[in-house]
Amino acid sequence: MSTPDLVADAVVKRFADHVAVDTLSFSVERGSFFSILGPSGCGKTTLLRMIAGFIAPDGGDIAIGGKSMRDVPPNRRPVNMVFQQLALFPMMSVGENVAFGLARRGTPKAERLRRSNAMLERVGLGNAADKRVDELSGGQRQRVAIARSLVLEPTLLLLDEPLGALDLKLREHMKIELKQLQASFGTTFVYITHDQSEALVLSDHVGVMSHGRFEQLGTPQDLYYRPQTPFVAGFVGANNRIVGRTTQTDGALAEIATADGWVVRALKIGAVAVGDAVEVFVRPEVATLARSEAQLPPDQPRHAGEVQSVLFDGANSAVLLQEARTRREFRIALPQTGQFSDLQPREKVAFSFDPARAACFPARNGTAGQNA
Amino acid sequence: MDPRWHGRLALGLLLAPALLWLGALIILPHVDLAVLSFRERVGPRQYAASLTQYKTFFAEPLYWHVFLRTAVMSVVATFLTLLLAFPIAWIIAKLARGRAGSLLFIICLIPFWVSETVRTLGWMILLRESGVLPALLVKLGLTAMPVELLYRDATILVGLVYTSLLFMVVPLVSSLESLDDSLIEAAYDLGSGGSAILRTIVIPHAAPGITAGCIVVFMLTLGNYLTPTLLGGKNSQWFTEQIYTQFITRFNWEQGAAFGFLLLALSTALVILGLRISGQRFGDVMRRT
Repeated sequence: MSTPDLVADAVVKRFADHVAVDTLSFSVERGSFFSILGPSGCGKTTLLRMIAGFIAPDGGDIAIGGKSMRDVPPNRRPVNMVFQQLALFPMMSVGENVAFGLARRGTPKAERLRRSNAMLERVGLGNAADKRVDELSGGQRQRVAIARSLVLEPTLLLLDEPLGALDLKLREHMKIELKQLQASFGTTFVYITHDQSEALVLSDHVGVMSHGRFEQLGTPQDLYYRPQTPFVAGFVGANNRIVGRTTQTDGALAEIATADGWVVRALKIGAVAVGDAVEVFVRPEVATLARSEAQLPPDQPRHAGEVQSVLFDGANSAVLLQEARTRREFRIALPQTGQFSDLQPREKVAFSFDPARAACFPARNGTAGQNA
Repeated sequence: MDPRWHGRLALGLLLAPALLWLGALIILPHVDLAVLSFRERVGPRQYAASLTQYKTFFAEPLYWHVFLRTAVMSVVATFLTLLLAFPIAWIIAKLARGRAGSLLFIICLIPFWVSETVRTLGWMILLRESGVLPALLVKLGLTAMPVELLYRDATILVGLVYTSLLFMVVPLVSSLESLDDSLIEAAYDLGSGGSAILRTIVIPHAAPGITAGCIVVFMLTLGNYLTPTLLGGKNSQWFTEQIYTQFITRFNWEQGAAFGFLLLALSTALVILGLRISGQRFGDVMRRT
């Protein structure tokens, strides 16, 4: 295996009153798409700016392409960044923007022109070189910003929530475009976002960050199907959260009762013993909905509920239930068969879920006993 | 009354002070001065149209030497003001955060609470032969005798730069504040060093502000009377002094009026030249001030 393009080794950054990045170590393989996913204020921007060289870490080391980046200023790092607001130079044409980095390296003018035009061609803006930046649409500017960085053939391309400023439709489109660009250039991308869908769709690996640390680092599938911490389970994808205490354990499974007496079964993750406060997460698509208990899979514990509201959203439609006895909310994804299209509020229904696909974590500090 | 008329009347009334000021204090006197400059006294209370006043200017080397000297010194003073004001504006706009920025701005403003005359007299107290600075130089052993620091070109320039600084700092700060920091970071990230960022990003962005500041400072300097006269004494040779002399000492209003128009032509020509060189448009520049 080749040397990873990016290695962070126990990187620490403190600001006056808090630790923004807390002894973080990870590596990013050459040619992969790595995302750092976290809520705002989790330290992901600080981490990205340390990789770019705008902030120096207080401890630890960052190596890019196998070389330590200590005391290397941003303009000497083999790294380029696509800024959140893109930061295209309004005083220059599109072509001059793309050729900017080459000009700083002293590339001769003819060569510069050839390479920047070739790069614009590759991102589908072959005829835009002489346009002004403000004549371009949001998506085109995005591509110019990426072209401006990639023309320098960096070891690493950093992207700081570049889709944040776009409207929803364009964002969906640019997601696909970014993934295709990354695949065609083969450059290692490090992408930060608070949008879990961007991270899941785009990445080969995702680090879920919270309070300056990675909660979990893995493939999008790992994060979604095998979350290792309650934070990841709650942050990545939709989830039903049930807080309670373990009443008994049975091999890999545990039985959990909420304070008001709803009993569910789930897979234990981490150290879960009888009597512990726990958090259970059940994905909406894991649960099965039925009009009568007889239609449910026979080997799953059954629950009764009442329809509170139907949330129609095309392929993402769901129904919001209340558990019959405790009135706790529970969300179930509706199957695409149209079988429940006539579901009405207040209708009595039955539901169940496979305990092996529900995750039970030791409760985080301060969350025990809270209602989900 | 027709509501449309109502609106027009209101607009007219609102504009009236400005229009009156412009008409009565700027345009009318200039028309009068223009008429004055194109006539010649041929006898007691007898005048004839002529170009004599302008001919005298070109025929008498002293006049156009002073004229050129004033122009060159003003350009130099403007340039020095820009050099000095740019770092100050940069600190206020980009480095100082919040209160520190406004504090620095106030520090720049404070000298203007004192009248220009008093400020200039302050410089004289500091710089004259028996003043503070020459005494200090003797004390430090740098000069054997107190030197006269007044009445030198450098002294005039110091005074002019000092008087003009604020008028350069203000447009520079506003144009630098509007420069997005991420543009600087992006340029840095793409391989630029400090001087390349200054040349390719900061100066092109701040160009309208720089031009606006330069125009204001240049006009103020060219038309300044007090500072060159007090700090430069008899050697100052500032063109406004020539105008003053014609009007007040020589009582030759015709000649003074012609000089006034020549100065106006000079400042207009140099401002147009400056805009041409920097590739700026007057409208854009004025919007920045």
